[in-house]
Amino acid sequence: MKISKQDVEHVAVLSRLELSENEKENYTETLNSILEYMELLNRVDTSDVEPTAHVLPLINIFREDKPHEPLDRKMALANAPDEEDGCFKVPRIV
Amino acid sequence: MSQKYETVIGLEIHVELKTATKIFCPCPNEFGGEPNTHVCPVCLGLPGVMPVFNKRVLEFAVKAGLALSCEIASYSKFDRKNYYYPDLPKNYQVSQYDLPICKLGSVEINNNGEVKTIGITRIHMEEDAGKLLHGGATITSSNYSRVDLNRTGVPLIEIVSEPDLRSAEEARAYMEKMKAILEYLDVSDVKMEQGSLRCDANISLRLVGAEKLGTKAEIKNMNSFRSLQRAIEYEVERQTEILDEGGRIVQETRSWDEEKGITVSMRSKEEAHDYRYLPEPDLVPIIVDPKWVNELRASLPELPDARKKRFVKELGLSEYDAGIITGSRALADYFDEVMIKYNDPKTVANWVMGELLRLINAGDMEITENKIKPDQFAALLQLQADGTISGKMAKTVFEEMFATGKGPETIVKEKGMVQISDEGALATLIEKVIAANPRSVEDYKAGKEKAIGFLVGQIMKETKGQANPGVVNKLLIEKMK
Amino acid sequence: MLLMKKMAVLKSHGLFDIVLEMRGGASLSLTSLTAHELSELLDKRELSSKELTVAHLERIGSVDDKVKAFTTLTAEHALLQAEEIDKKRVHGEKLSPLAGIPMALKDNMCTRGIRTTCSSKILEDFVPPYDATVTEKLNSAGTVLLGKCNMDEFAMGSSTENSGFFATRNPHDLNAVPGGSSGGSAAAVAAQEAVFALGSDTGGSIRLPASFCGVVGLKPTYGCVSRYGLIAYASSLDQIGPLTRDMTDCALVMSAIAGHDPKDSTSAPMDIPDYSKYLVNNVKGMKIGLPKEYFGAGIDPQVLAYLQQAIGKLEEMGAICEEVSLPHTMYALPAYYIIAPAEASSNLARYDGVQYGLRVEAEDIVSMYCKTRSQGFGDEVKRRIMLGTYALSSGYYDAYYMKALKVRTLVKRDFDHVFENYDCLLTPTSPTVAFNHGEKADDPLTMYLSDICTIPVNLAGIPSLSLPFGQVNGRPVGLQLIGKAFDEGTLLRVGYSLEQSTNLTKPLPALKGGSRA
Repeated sequence: MKISKQDVEHVAVLSRLELSENEKENYTETLNSILEYMELLNRVDTSDVEPTAHVLPLINIFREDKPHEPLDRKMALANAPDEEDGCFKVPRIV
Repeated sequence: MSQKYETVIGLEIHVELKTATKIFCPCPNEFGGEPNTHVCPVCLGLPGVMPVFNKRVLEFAVKAGLALSCEIASYSKFDRKNYYYPDLPKNYQVSQYDLPICKLGSVEINNNGEVKTIGITRIHMEEDAGKLLHGGATITSSNYSRVDLNRTGVPLIEIVSEPDLRSAEEARAYMEKMKAILEYLDVSDVKMEQGSLRCDANISLRLVGAEKLGTKAEIKNMNSFRSLQRAIEYEVERQTEILDEGGRIVQETRSWDEEKGITVSMRSKEEAHDYRYLPEPDLVPIIVDPKWVNELRASLPELPDARKKRFVKELGLSEYDAGIITGSRALADYFDEVMIKYNDPKTVANWVMGELLRLINAGDMEITENKIKPDQFAALLQLQADGTISGKMAKTVFEEMFATGKGPETIVKEKGMVQISDEGALATLIEKVIAANPRSVEDYKAGKEKAIGFLVGQIMKETKGQANPGVVNKLLIEKMK
Repeated sequence: MLLMKKMAVLKSHGLFDIVLEMRGGASLSLTSLTAHELSELLDKRELSSKELTVAHLERIGSVDDKVKAFTTLTAEHALLQAEEIDKKRVHGEKLSPLAGIPMALKDNMCTRGIRTTCSSKILEDFVPPYDATVTEKLNSAGTVLLGKCNMDEFAMGSSTENSGFFATRNPHDLNAVPGGSSGGSAAAVAAQEAVFALGSDTGGSIRLPASFCGVVGLKPTYGCVSRYGLIAYASSLDQIGPLTRDMTDCALVMSAIAGHDPKDSTSAPMDIPDYSKYLVNNVKGMKIGLPKEYFGAGIDPQVLAYLQQAIGKLEEMGAICEEVSLPHTMYALPAYYIIAPAEASSNLARYDGVQYGLRVEAEDIVSMYCKTRSQGFGDEVKRRIMLGTYALSSGYYDAYYMKALKVRTLVKRDFDHVFENYDCLLTPTSPTVAFNHGEKADDPLTMYLSDICTIPVNLAGIPSLSLPFGQVNGRPVGLQLIGKAFDEGTLLRVGYSLEQSTNLTKPLPALKGGSRA
């Protein structure tokens, strides 16, 4: 077992997911079989290999410091589940 | 305080850069505004949007790095710092993790005459978060909050110091120096009250002589130099007490409560911080051209230390005076402009540091908000120097200028404040006063030189203070010979 | 021209109920034509865009309850766009070859004022206030948007069974999956509901459904088509591309959507090529590599037989086909399933109920986040978020994420190495034809293995094309051509040559779409 139910619970907290008992068990099982498959990677010697985060060798992509017209506030708030005084409204922050 | 412990402080300073637009989108970078009016799909973090980096941000960050003697990274990149908070629309902040744009710099601070070099660990670029407005009095007592995303995506640099600071005063001196340097560079408004200059302090204690650092607490929410100093002083006291009682310091984040004058533990999040940094796949690496860096280096303005040295050497100001005046670029620039029209460093310095700063501080204002134009300032000093008005009058006029922005001549004329220096005009009056006060005249003639003061006073009273005291003095002595 | 004559017949009989005899006896209707064929008719005013649009809307009306390719239909919008183009054409304005052509977009490309859901409950009511760059480009080319296509939720899946709304069916066999994640786009094109569609491909999401549905699908070089407005799954791998009925349409659509975009920092600094110039029926002297790792165990013998037939055809036309090796192929899949979920875990963090999308009300913000995300995301999305979060979390970063990025380097090097000597590579798009609904739904790992032939290409960022080539039990087989970075041209040329020389590249679905039937 690479990943325990406790690990799954911790990862769920980090991911802001609320899992049922059923889901916890299901994810523990499926994540384990996936992570087991990932073990394949340990067969590869990568000691002298640079990581590839970007596949294209692009560098220095910049934008000029020129302003545009911002979005109309009505549009900005059009999808808001809840709003007040031109702001997005959210429940209590603990 | 006991000498048992040594205080160790490192500061993390967040500086909002004054670019025209945000760091990753062309929304205006302006303070304030109606909520959610300086936003676009990109800074709102809507599904599908992508960031494009504002070159001016890089320029400002490199300038700051050069001014702080940093190494400018030849290869730098952005990373995502993942955490959930409602002022962070994407629930990750685009920042720099392992390859910041600048590192290994230093800055000299002057703490009451003691000069010390403080190491700069790194400077990195990142995006600011939005603002939360709480429904109730505080974040914890509110049952809801409002989110304003105008500030989201405003460019920041974070300047991290080495743990080289040893007292609250040093921390304050460091912070003031940073403010001055950034103001000189013209890369930020550096206003602590508006949040364009913010700072967190990592504070720990260790036994004097010990090498290993103690457990630190991170203090947040200090909105002025004064609160920075007070918060550190409080925290040092708090930690000293705990250690003296044999307790252990908990590594945690604490918030400064300005009203109560204490630091309080911020509710520990339900999870340990795990930011899960990853290279930002939507932005490409930055490779800085050394030629460009040299051009920027060459274009740096004169910085506070250099200007101070120059003021001492070339203008003959005292170290102290030069330090105060060059502590703010706006003030030093103002001083220079007054000097163009009135080239008497000592007098200008006295007036700037005395009258001007007194009024500015009393009004809790910025130098730039001062209504007196430099040439008006110079004109006032000229009026005083040529005897048109007395020193006392000059101070009155100055206050009026400060309040109204009117020129000194206008005020002098309006108030009829012109000094009477004409000997002919004063002669009759002097004869009259001599005749009316024979005893004082006798006292004077008998050698009581002080008696002349009384006579001068009488003349000043008669002229409602407009007589030139020097001329009056001279004429009295002549008449009483 | 034959086509013109047929159109005249078609018109004289009333536009939409006529089935034409074309192409060696296959039954074809107006909705079966390609964009370049239709463009000619539109240009000659044999047909209006409005008529064409109505035909497609009717076709959708008659078959989509079976195929279920669309999450949102934009009929009114489509008719307005079509009328607009018809007016322009009447006024003699110069129009692009795609002007007036009805098409569909995968529902992860933002359309201003039109719901964009990623087939997720969490975005069920999300209406973007902006257009993706591809949307803008197609708008300015004058295409007509019929609707948004179903997909695996957030593009995570290989069968379009992971849609938060409903599964899409394979038009060739309704019991089969259409492949994924761009299953709705591929099915719409195959079922003649749209002339072409755009899909996105992170690990095979254009090519697998193209293969399963018997259409042409191209994943361009990373950076070739702007990702601005494409709702991200895994940003360093995602790429938009066309799903079309033939190679010529593929080139036409590419010319309309490719090119540098200043809004996408990872967009390649390139001019927009005229891809049509690569439509050359000539592969003489071309060196085509056959990577042995793709021809190993697990490949369906009938799929293999078609591949051998294609190789024979290419050799017949003068190409040199030789076995090559890409030794790190087997490591691509596990590396991908670390990199993609890691990026996804960060990309999908924004769906939190604050600004848009689903919100499940709760007492405090953390509960609101957790409830919203738990109810809004489907099972597979949650699994990948968890997997990615785990791979990035403290203590595991080097073992998983960093390791995967290094393996990515090795996979890319394999390709660089063979491309020193070969012009392109030929492989199956999938070792098998489309599988049945539900067949792999309960076993994530088996489902992941569906992408074994397509994933390495995304890790390397290179272009790859899936071309239909025959059918096994009525289910299409797909050939995969893999090219050098920015050498889509070679893929178009080889694909076009195969298309011109066989009748295997245009499998027609049995799905009968009688209009007004």
